[in-house]
Amino acid sequence: MSIVSGKAWRFGDEINSDLLAPGLYLKSANEIMAQHCLESVDPTFAKSVQPGDVIVAGHNFGVGSAREQAALSLQLLKVGAVLAESFARIFYRNALNFGVPCLFFPQYNEISAGDKLEVDPVAGTIKNLTTGKGYTVDPIPAHLMEMITDGGLMPHLKKKLGKGRAA
Amino acid sequence: MGQTLVEKIIARAASKPTVRPGEIVTCKVDLAMILDSGGPRKVWPRMKELGVGVWDREKLIVVTDHFVPAVDAETAQILKISRDFVREFDIKHFYDMKGIGHIILAENGHLQPGMFTCGGDSHSTMGGAYGCYMSGFGGIEMTGVCITGEIWTRVPETIRVDWSGKFNQAVVAKDIMLHLCRALGMDNAFKAIEFGGETVRNMSMSERGVLCNMAAELGGEAGVIEPDDITLAAIRAAGKEPAPDALKWRSDDDAVYAAKHAFDASTLQPQVAAPHAPSNSGPVDDYKGKKIDQAYIGACVGAKLSDLHMAAEVLRGRKVANHVRLLVAPATQKVYADAAADGTLGILTDAGATMLASGCGACAALGAGVLSDGEVCISTTNRNFQGRMGSNKASVYLGSPYTVAAAAAAGTIADPREFLP
Repeated sequence: MSIVSGKAWRFGDEINSDLLAPGLYLKSANEIMAQHCLESVDPTFAKSVQPGDVIVAGHNFGVGSAREQAALSLQLLKVGAVLAESFARIFYRNALNFGVPCLFFPQYNEISAGDKLEVDPVAGTIKNLTTGKGYTVDPIPAHLMEMITDGGLMPHLKKKLGKGRAA
Repeated sequence: MGQTLVEKIIARAASKPTVRPGEIVTCKVDLAMILDSGGPRKVWPRMKELGVGVWDREKLIVVTDHFVPAVDAETAQILKISRDFVREFDIKHFYDMKGIGHIILAENGHLQPGMFTCGGDSHSTMGGAYGCYMSGFGGIEMTGVCITGEIWTRVPETIRVDWSGKFNQAVVAKDIMLHLCRALGMDNAFKAIEFGGETVRNMSMSERGVLCNMAAELGGEAGVIEPDDITLAAIRAAGKEPAPDALKWRSDDDAVYAAKHAFDASTLQPQVAAPHAPSNSGPVDDYKGKKIDQAYIGACVGAKLSDLHMAAEVLRGRKVANHVRLLVAPATQKVYADAAADGTLGILTDAGATMLASGCGACAALGAGVLSDGEVCISTTNRNFQGRMGSNKASVYLGSPYTVAAAAAAGTIADPREFLP
């Protein structure tokens, strides 16, 4: 898995599944759902987020529903990584299964919106190029590393089953 | 060193003598449930891509409950995919528009103490009321379960929560959970919650289900209650025979917990959670007088027969306030039929309730009963995040069926004790 490089988007505590994937659009195609991701807290997010950008948030990120669209929307918007003080378990698992790295980041408050970040999810390092500060965090858990480096559960299963192409 | 119930179930499912919190193991799944929302529509295309089928047609239960009945072309298509999936793989247990999956499992005797089970919905934790381990997963992970019958888990630490003492009038399991969301917080991720104590022992299975259901709101991997005679009686009432060793599934006396909490039920008042989080809760008196537009009695957690009974106790001989709409969606068709047979339905409709189909519907803004900008709803459901029931400019309060029914009659949030004899 390559190093993630992008701009920081700052969010608060308990960014929940209804904010990430509003129920009104659960029946819709994934691409439509993704356009409504986080619109209740930042209406510009889905329109302006760039590939590799990084979400930085407080505790219990992703709390709530099992809806995979909460994580899938971030994958479709090409979010490079989510750095949060803590994660809700189903979101965390969904995100890793979609190949969206999630890192526990206690110093999330030292990052400002718009800071330029470089994240290495395998090594567990975060560089804030705007402030010049570096951080070391727990990397992706070892047992999930193979799946994540394969690009998520589907590419991983394809490789395991020996069908299709491995990512 | 002893083990908790959750550790014992995971060890058994992972074919190990013991497990310790933090250890990562792969478990064999005894039963899995997928729903229309995150089930076949998500799982089947991936199975086709991989060229594989279902691991066990008898252990994979399919339920349609989120988008029922269809209201447009998109929801009709989602339901059709579920039905086609069931035909394609000859799924043995298919409950099509029979009610909400978590209640369907209990009604049909699918759950047994000691089982390791997975569900494609966060409130799958409800199954733990039967002394089994049931955890919720997204569609992407349920794809793996459907294909392999296995799932990895990091053995969670267990938090023990004991309740003692008798409830005051109009205080029920829902009030316990709204209180715990505030007291314990909603970020107990990667931990399991074990409920016990005299108050829990005296609860019906329906009320125990509320505790385990809302273990999801505490952020838990699972909510569990050690099985007892009440558990076994419920399994028998569903037409199944409990396993001979069912009662052995309990925590050891010297089990190690991450934390132990003790609460006194006799001091608990009816609780209300204000927008926009279940943890934003307090005694009903703190919110008294808040004007409402809609009262909703529905969802897995809040529309079982016992919940409709609570609402009927309040609404017997009363009318819903003029400016309020009361919507009632019984959790299952069986609940609907039982409520019709025992007169509960008549009390609710005499009061002015609008009856809706059994399903998840308004709770998650999926079906009938969604809210518009600026509207205020009080609901027996389990979540009130911004936008949960429709508009992101609506406000949702949570309460027990007693509290919601009292608000429906008063037109404002009200103390249910003032509406009971």
